[in-house]
Amino acid sequence: MSLFTMPSLGADMEDGRLVEWLVKPGDRVAKGDVVAVVETQKGAIEIEIFAAGEVAELLAEPGQQLPVGAPLARLTEAGAPAAPAPQAPALQAPPPAPPVPTPPPAPAPAPVAPEPRGAVLASPAARARMAELGIALAVGSGPGGAVLLADVERQAQAKAPTEPTPPGPKGKPGLDMAEMRRAIAAAMARAKRDIPHYYLTHDIDLQTAQDWLTARNADRTPDQRLLMGALLIRATVRALARYPELNGRYEAEPYAPAPAVHCGLAIALRGGGLIAPAILNAETRDTDALMDAMRDLVARTRAGRLRNSELTQGTITVSSLGETGVDALLGVIYPPQVALIGFGTPRVKPMIHDGRVQPRLAVTVSLAADHRVSDGRRGAAFLAEIDRLLQEPDHL
Amino acid sequence: MTPLDLRSAFLADLTAVAPDLDAATIGDDDHLQVDLGLDSMDFLNLVSALHKRFGLPIPEADYPRLATPAKAVAYLSAMLGQPQPPLQAARRPHAGPSR
Repeated sequence: MSLFTMPSLGADMEDGRLVEWLVKPGDRVAKGDVVAVVETQKGAIEIEIFAAGEVAELLAEPGQQLPVGAPLARLTEAGAPAAPAPQAPALQAPPPAPPVPTPPPAPAPAPVAPEPRGAVLASPAARARMAELGIALAVGSGPGGAVLLADVERQAQAKAPTEPTPPGPKGKPGLDMAEMRRAIAAAMARAKRDIPHYYLTHDIDLQTAQDWLTARNADRTPDQRLLMGALLIRATVRALARYPELNGRYEAEPYAPAPAVHCGLAIALRGGGLIAPAILNAETRDTDALMDAMRDLVARTRAGRLRNSELTQGTITVSSLGETGVDALLGVIYPPQVALIGFGTPRVKPMIHDGRVQPRLAVTVSLAADHRVSDGRRGAAFLAEIDRLLQEPDHL
Repeated sequence: MTPLDLRSAFLADLTAVAPDLDAATIGDDDHLQVDLGLDSMDFLNLVSALHKRFGLPIPEADYPRLATPAKAVAYLSAMLGQPQPPLQAARRPHAGPSR
């Protein structure tokens, strides 16, 4: 018998709102299964379970705001007979009469009956709007049938044709921006307080990589094309293999590097704020596989379908300004990680190539690293290794 | 397809890769990266969706021709071998029922 509780999705998280259950009593679950969706200041997060067994009882209801550690469900061990439920076990507090969670004084339920089991895919904005309007759509027009804000609005209009809903505020209505700002502030303040940062920067000639990329993408359909970002991540992950102390989580003394590279990508949100979900086991993926993982991660960040493991297990973070930024980014380490790599916007600059000054595409890479676990000489060698790898894109 | 059809198809693919954008508030001259905040991955996902929908190759060299909804409609229209009457579609913020 074990309890499944509200997980912490970062040191800054105090509570979360249960949005939906993806399992019901009697379902068997395996380690890593997504069993629930919780709304946090980082949007809707898919929660994985870290034990195997059978769901005996759900202890929380969708809509409830619950602190980290609050019991969500009771599990019986895999293989064990289902607990005789009728007699409440002594240790089990009477199921808390759920403080009826602001049931929206709802109009009649939507015509589309929600599927009894299985996930309702929906963007955070759509979820928030559905809750606000008391609408429950199960299928929308988004990727994989995800319910989008537009679907909800369409449904709302259909229901109340004479009373068009006023346009909501700009930004991402599904996210509490003030809350996200507080979470970022808490993490960054902790980083600046606890981590003695040092910084290094280096200019890399990207022209060879860019020429290789252009030639490679020319005969590929869009879904097979690579972005420079994938090459930068691949080079970073490979360089970490030679400088493993930069990859890890400083959670206990003494510090030990992590065996796997869970590479966080800082993804800016349009409404403001950012999320840094991780590509798990990035060291096992080649450039194409990393590109696929990046696509998937960005798409799910936008749609609000990240998983808690992606938000809590990062061992390094890469932050990239992309195509419309400035020359360099000096980052703040995301605790308890011990390094952050920042890529500025690649730009054509005069560089010396083959003994002559030539216009070449260049990028400034920076390292912010924790002086408790590494020092400048190793950090410099690490950035030089990223440079070296990017000069041979064929072998990346 | 008429330019209006192309426009709504384009906006459908755009709001699929950027679910937090509201099609009704997107202007025809909004720059996808600068004004609407698409990053290079969002943009590539949009190109992939358009490729899938229209079967056009859309090489990287043509990306600048997709910079705004108006440019994209003209580009798609040209590539699909159709005449391009001027687009009389909605402008922001409250454009019309163009979905």
